[in-house]
Amino acid sequence: MDDKVIIVDDLLRTFGSFTAVDHITFDVKKGEIFGFLGANGAGKTTTMKMLTGLLSLSGGKATVAGFDVQHNPEKVKKRIGYMSQKFALYDDLSVWENIRFYGGVYGLQNSEIKERGEAMLEKLNFGDVRDQMIGSLPLGWKQKLAFSVALLHQPGIVFLDEPTGGVDPVTRRQFWEMIYEVAETGTTVFVTTHYMDEAEYCDRIGIMVAGKLPALDTPAKLKQQFDADSVDGVFVQLARGKQKE
Amino acid sequence: MSIIEVHNVRKTFESIVALDKMNVSVEKGEIFGFIGPDGAGKSTLFRILATLMVPDEGKATMMDYDTVKDYREIRQHIGYMPGRFSLYTDLSVEENLRFFAHIYGTNIEEHYDWIKDIYDQIAPFKKRRAGDLSGGMKQKLALSCALIHKPDVLLLDEPTTGVDAVSRREFWQVLQRLKNEGLTIVVSTPYMDEASQCDRVALIQDGHLMAVDTPLSITRKFEKPLYAVAGTPRYFTLQQVRSWGETVRAYPFGERLHLVTDEPADTEELIRRLEMVGITDVVMDSASPTIEDAFIALMEHHHG
Repeated sequence: MDDKVIIVDDLLRTFGSFTAVDHITFDVKKGEIFGFLGANGAGKTTTMKMLTGLLSLSGGKATVAGFDVQHNPEKVKKRIGYMSQKFALYDDLSVWENIRFYGGVYGLQNSEIKERGEAMLEKLNFGDVRDQMIGSLPLGWKQKLAFSVALLHQPGIVFLDEPTGGVDPVTRRQFWEMIYEVAETGTTVFVTTHYMDEAEYCDRIGIMVAGKLPALDTPAKLKQQFDADSVDGVFVQLARGKQKE
Repeated sequence: MSIIEVHNVRKTFESIVALDKMNVSVEKGEIFGFIGPDGAGKSTLFRILATLMVPDEGKATMMDYDTVKDYREIRQHIGYMPGRFSLYTDLSVEENLRFFAHIYGTNIEEHYDWIKDIYDQIAPFKKRRAGDLSGGMKQKLALSCALIHKPDVLLLDEPTTGVDAVSRREFWQVLQRLKNEGLTIVVSTPYMDEASQCDRVALIQDGHLMAVDTPLSITRKFEKPLYAVAGTPRYFTLQQVRSWGETVRAYPFGERLHLVTDEPADTEELIRRLEMVGITDVVMDSASPTIEDAFIALMEHHHG
């Protein structure tokens, strides 16, 4: 039972009369790559905000990295990494300044920042750009760096919100290989994407539709269940069934 | 008959070459797609075509008008939907539409049948401020505003970026209908799977066009043998496949891995090789290349 690092039980979030997240229940195991899908407005971001301790719950319970997100959000935040497509690093700070900044935010010692930061740059082969402004780097590079920075404090879980949006097909795959690599070392990856092929790369996926979670399984089993030949087919069936603006 | 001509267009921003001597033409009545990642130069080209930016070198014409000299004429005949939502968020849906109709010297009623299909879906919310609309509705409003003067050419810069798979499909259905009405549509997208919706596509990367053709011809030019491979565990399978001498490249592709070789491979022998190192559930079949496979191959070719 201890290998469940995210436990979501009857999670509810309302905004006024609108129910954004409607009593969903699921868990994610240690080292799992969990893909979180859904149409725009289905409730993915709201769920993610609750799991990362950024938004309070209207009901239910969620435990992340062993802590209740409602009662111990700060403890949760220390034990997770987070990156999104929209905001990851500061454009007007250099590569190294971003590393130092985030290392500091996550409470690392200067010596740890230096050691892990150097190792990261070497692994990414980014030594030559260490003093360049983030804003001047190609998107794919930024996203790879942002992913590494989100792991700088060695969290057990990393949340990735559309990390590969707009990234070229080669870099997108390099990014996924980084995901595989950290998952193999036991880091849990919780990832959202609009690329349906990436959903196939996940160990398990959950598909949100209008606040609920009607699909939760491995890609293979979901395809079987919905009699579809791809996750895209599963997604279309689910989202079509319940469409409203 | 070509309706858009781009000749040797070059555009730089300080040290960055956004477009490097680009040449391309778009035929009247087609859906032409620029397919490529962020930073490839798509938006720069669209801004030049929309007469909002001037090329450093070369020239572009729209309906035989020069994008620099004749920008006033061009603007009357095109609809442009930029990548970033750029309607007035503090005007209502209806006010936005009326505003755009007005600056084009028309009114909502004159060409209403032209946008009816799309606008009817947001009409129930016409009193709502545009800033309070959902993403899908914003997109429909932006498209209505770009069409209200019944343009000849529609320029859509990444209309489906960040939009979920189902809404993307619906959007493409709308474009197909507009095309059937005779509209020429130029669209950009980072989603390779959308290439098949276009009559012709240009694959764009780092300011260069790597290929311009019908989607079918582009995939036909992919000549090397391609195999779809599966095995458990997945990442280990990929590493193994990549280590082989006959592998040109191997990468995750949906639920399988794609393996490209120089010569047709003995798949039974390769399957045995994977099973020998303890990989289970091994499957290996010949596969047909997609636009994305072609794009990856061209990218590696261009990077040397």
